[in-house]
Amino acid sequence: MAEATAYQVIGTRPVRPDGADKVTGRAIYGADVRMAGMLHGKVLRSPHAHARIKSIDTSKAEALPGVKAVVTHKDLPEAPDKIANLGEGAVNLKFLSNNVLAQEKALYRGHAIAAVAAVNVHVAEEAVNLIEVEYDILPSVLTAPEAMEDGAPILHDGMTTTSLGEKTDRESNVASHYRFTLGDVAEGFKQADLIIEREFDTATVHQGYIEPHNATAMWNEEGHVTIWTSTQGAFVVQKQSSEVLGIPVSQVSVIPAEIGGGFGGKIPVYLEPVAALLSRKTGQAVKLVMSRTEEFESTGPTPGSRLNVKMGATKDGRVVAAEASLAFEAGAFPGSPVGPGGMCIFSPYSFPNMQVDGYDVVVNKPKTTAYRAPGATNAAFASETIMDEFAEQLGIDPLQLRVMNGAKEGDRRVDGPTHPRIGFLETVHAALEHEHYNTPLEGPNRGRGVASGFWFNVGLQSSVVINVNSDGTVSLVEGSTDIGGTRASIAMQAAEVLGIPYESVRPTVAGTDGVGYTDVTGGSRTTFATGYAAYEAANDVVRQMKERLAERWNAETEEGATALTAEDVTYSGGVFGCSKDAGKSVSFQEMAELMPRTGGPISGRATVQPRGVGGAFATHIVDVEVDPDTGKVSILRYTAVQDVGKAIHPSYVEGQIQGGVTQGVGWALNEAYLYREDGNMSNASFLDYRMPTCLDLPMIDTVLVEVPNPGHPFGVRGVGEVPIVPPPAAVANAIYRATGQRMTDLPMSPGYVLDKMQS
Amino acid sequence: MQTFDYVAAQTVDEAVSLLASKGDQARVLAGGTDLIVQLREGRRQLETVVDVKKIPEANVLSYDAQNGLHLGAAVPCHRIYNDPVISKTYPGLMDAFTLIGGIQIQGRASVGGNLCNSSPAADSTPTLIAHRTMCVIAGPSGQREVAAEQFCTAPGRNVLENGEFLLSLRVPAPPKNFGAHYLRFIPRNEMDIAVVGVGSSLVLGDDNSTVTDARISLGAVAPTPLLAVEAAAALVGKPISDDTIAAAASAAAGIARPIDDMRGTIQQRIHLTGVLTRRTLQGALSRARGES
Amino acid sequence: MATRIHVQTTLNGEAVEFLCDSRQSLLEVLRDDLGFTGTKEGCSNGNCGACSLQVDGVLVDSCLVLAAEVDGQAVNTIEGLASPAQLHPLQQKFLEHAALQCGICTPGFIMAAKALLEKNPKPTEHEVRYWLAGNLCRCTGYDKIVRAVLDAAETMEASA
Repeated sequence: MAEATAYQVIGTRPVRPDGADKVTGRAIYGADVRMAGMLHGKVLRSPHAHARIKSIDTSKAEALPGVKAVVTHKDLPEAPDKIANLGEGAVNLKFLSNNVLAQEKALYRGHAIAAVAAVNVHVAEEAVNLIEVEYDILPSVLTAPEAMEDGAPILHDGMTTTSLGEKTDRESNVASHYRFTLGDVAEGFKQADLIIEREFDTATVHQGYIEPHNATAMWNEEGHVTIWTSTQGAFVVQKQSSEVLGIPVSQVSVIPAEIGGGFGGKIPVYLEPVAALLSRKTGQAVKLVMSRTEEFESTGPTPGSRLNVKMGATKDGRVVAAEASLAFEAGAFPGSPVGPGGMCIFSPYSFPNMQVDGYDVVVNKPKTTAYRAPGATNAAFASETIMDEFAEQLGIDPLQLRVMNGAKEGDRRVDGPTHPRIGFLETVHAALEHEHYNTPLEGPNRGRGVASGFWFNVGLQSSVVINVNSDGTVSLVEGSTDIGGTRASIAMQAAEVLGIPYESVRPTVAGTDGVGYTDVTGGSRTTFATGYAAYEAANDVVRQMKERLAERWNAETEEGATALTAEDVTYSGGVFGCSKDAGKSVSFQEMAELMPRTGGPISGRATVQPRGVGGAFATHIVDVEVDPDTGKVSILRYTAVQDVGKAIHPSYVEGQIQGGVTQGVGWALNEAYLYREDGNMSNASFLDYRMPTCLDLPMIDTVLVEVPNPGHPFGVRGVGEVPIVPPPAAVANAIYRATGQRMTDLPMSPGYVLDKMQS
Repeated sequence: MQTFDYVAAQTVDEAVSLLASKGDQARVLAGGTDLIVQLREGRRQLETVVDVKKIPEANVLSYDAQNGLHLGAAVPCHRIYNDPVISKTYPGLMDAFTLIGGIQIQGRASVGGNLCNSSPAADSTPTLIAHRTMCVIAGPSGQREVAAEQFCTAPGRNVLENGEFLLSLRVPAPPKNFGAHYLRFIPRNEMDIAVVGVGSSLVLGDDNSTVTDARISLGAVAPTPLLAVEAAAALVGKPISDDTIAAAASAAAGIARPIDDMRGTIQQRIHLTGVLTRRTLQGALSRARGES
Repeated sequence: MATRIHVQTTLNGEAVEFLCDSRQSLLEVLRDDLGFTGTKEGCSNGNCGACSLQVDGVLVDSCLVLAAEVDGQAVNTIEGLASPAQLHPLQQKFLEHAALQCGICTPGFIMAAKALLEKNPKPTEHEVRYWLAGNLCRCTGYDKIVRAVLDAAETMEASA
């Protein structure tokens, strides 16, 4: 349906509505919030990776002039041992509470122990250093394979593995084990002429958003808490905060500030409940902002992993069996994205026999959280490397191998669902035809790699209200915080339906008191689901206008004529007409002016939970050069092909792809949490946690393939996450072509590559 | 950050007397790109911070063919490389001054401060050593001079005594047929700390081939930046060739005694010492011959 | 210990006086005391460039400047860039090229790019990338930022 449609607004590249405020410094981000009498807070954090907290003495801190309050876990209510659904992922509330302020044990370096509110941040910092904590230091364990060994230090007393849905009775750091099966892998391997089995390790990496976490809270005299924060979802902060604080959601209002990047990392609460507790104790607004060190040590990175993958292919390039065992580091509390990793690992393909085992393993690192296609990048590094080996060893072009095995509509994924209309093969064909792929790569120490990736995307819940102004413009109220231009992509969908210029739609992101429930900006869902809500709300406006015009025209019509209904009113190109009377014509603006005389204000509203989520596929091509003396890898050229369904605002779609590629390249080459023997992170700064600078990359070419998602009125698929999935594997495959060495570990830092080359 | 007294000293004497009276509770501030971070992270606690940027002698930036470069210790990198004569005369110094931090850091960071922070990985120190730089130190008993290779004594430590501060640097004018080059190895292309840094200089005889003088200095492979005398010895008196350069590189790698840390391993650093010595010598040679 | 320090400065062309603690950075005073929150804090260690601004025309990270140091100097921040009637060409080009996603690094990038174009009105792509390497962006992959700066340079050159 969508291919043939000529759109007025969709597919254009207008300036974003919040743009001027963001390029002039006027936009208010969380840390910019200022209130009269506001106090500043600071959190005391564990210097140990694993320790029992014997005592906390806050008396010296409380005595310091300028200190207004100190809080510890004792100030939180006892959290129930129950699971709460928080939109993108479920959370055990006891774990959430213990992560906000440690109770009996510090489970990682940086674990919050106590917090202070004071007249300024320097006094708060001095006070934090005066808090005396007695620790009983315990042995720590930092990686999944070590944590799974017999005799490994146990993080959670009494925790046993839930295996294939059954509770086992042995105490373990393995929180859970799942298995996905399709076909019979043992039978599949019997048909294989070539079997490749490898073990891969990937390091813990951070989302690396530039804006640190922040929260400002005011707990007023009536017991109502208002929280200003930079978050991916105001309602999720409201829910988590109310659960941790033990008060009803109705007593918590969350006002989302502008957000300086999230990538999954700004979904959990860290500071919000603490700021609220400090405000309750002091009667003043309290602001907390993390340092960059706290960001690395105390928020939620995405897991390091051990991946064992075995795949078998026939001589003619048909992959007949694929098996994976994925062990992901959950961090200090259960809940790694090992599930999504298993859902994505083989899903670009239609392998007949597949099996995935996943293990969620706790270790003495910060509790991991989502990071752009969580789990899928780790997994694809393994499977896409082996696909490249098949291509090489069987003498088949690596993209042709993907054509031969690629998934199509109707193929089953290992985790059960059947692919609807998808555009994976279209991305491979576009890559095959691309000038980049057809230009020979010349010069020594150079190599070209390709890799593909899948992310399933999510729908979840969204609400939108559209209020018509008397001049024919509208205000659009949405609950999705705008991390990367979604005010524009949502307003454009409304404008398209309303037949009015994009500039006539003024979008606003509202807080929990200002709009219906809306899930997080995450899972690549916002332009899809909140856009869907905007589409529905705009249609609601049109429907109401049609009803009013039918009524109005009936009043004008001579008696005896057949009464018009809304169905008789047409709407096209911003003008209402009548299918029974070509002479009738009212523009949207005229109708807006008529509102006071036709029944009053018009508001369109929609709440949605769309089911027609369209999965996203990407195929990337990268050229690298490896310095044979140092092992340093330079990215020479990068082309990212992606099925985007329908690009609402192509510039921001390209931007999502370019940003995802860059994060993936950082993950591939240098980013990693580095640890000392004692379990302390040694590189908790932007200096030594090496994210790419603009000097580390070329321009990133994008190819937007548009295979419309039948589950969305404009064909939208989520686009934000899948571009991070292929890069590590694509870069690894390119390094192989340059050096003849297979990379099995991330990051492929110069020292690692050099070792491989010299081995 | 702990609180402290901030004093912008106007004269050398004022700075010296403040530093002398406060001992190790005082520290000089020039660009602040190291000191402010150390104070903020609580790695250093001070009673007094003495800003020396208003002292004229610490801000001097002059060059003449007789006396060479006179570089005030507080002069930020950007002032140096934006001076057309100085940047053209000392490309081997500019190699380092243009890659300390990013542009923002170079707007503040001084070469003197880089030396006084005395990190073994400091980018400017090896190239200062390769250029036979002398450090002018002001103190309670007047001024004294120390060769750059003698300045650092241990990680974060140097020859400055109580009451003393680094006032300026003197770099000789480049002799005829002189060439110098500094390179560091970092995993990214900018904004990084050297895994290894090497500064090399060469002076060629009239035949444009025989090495009459050579200086090779190694960073991040020992507690202080090293002057690799053994590496220079492999070159001096001989016609330059791939073989003599290889011998110098191997000698340099031989004296490297690095540690394992998050930025690199012992083995990797020793290997890179050889690689960068070779590459910097090739760069220095081409500059000595006027090829670049 | 230390007393409050009186600082006289020029902020975006206007004379401004303030009292500060010695330990307060220029960034902190601008944001928390003077209400100029357009300059952003990303790392407070000089590693991300989000707090970039100009002091006497020189590009610096304001997290690594003590507020006391700017006595007698001119400070220029993102708030002073646009004229009342229109955006600076860099701001305009950042919008047209969609060179920002979350926008937190944007003021720093624009201030850094402004300093670049003052020094080098016709930079190459490599020169732009080299100059901006002290500014981290995690959203865009830099592609559109570099294009916006190159385009702004062309526009400014044409109108100069």
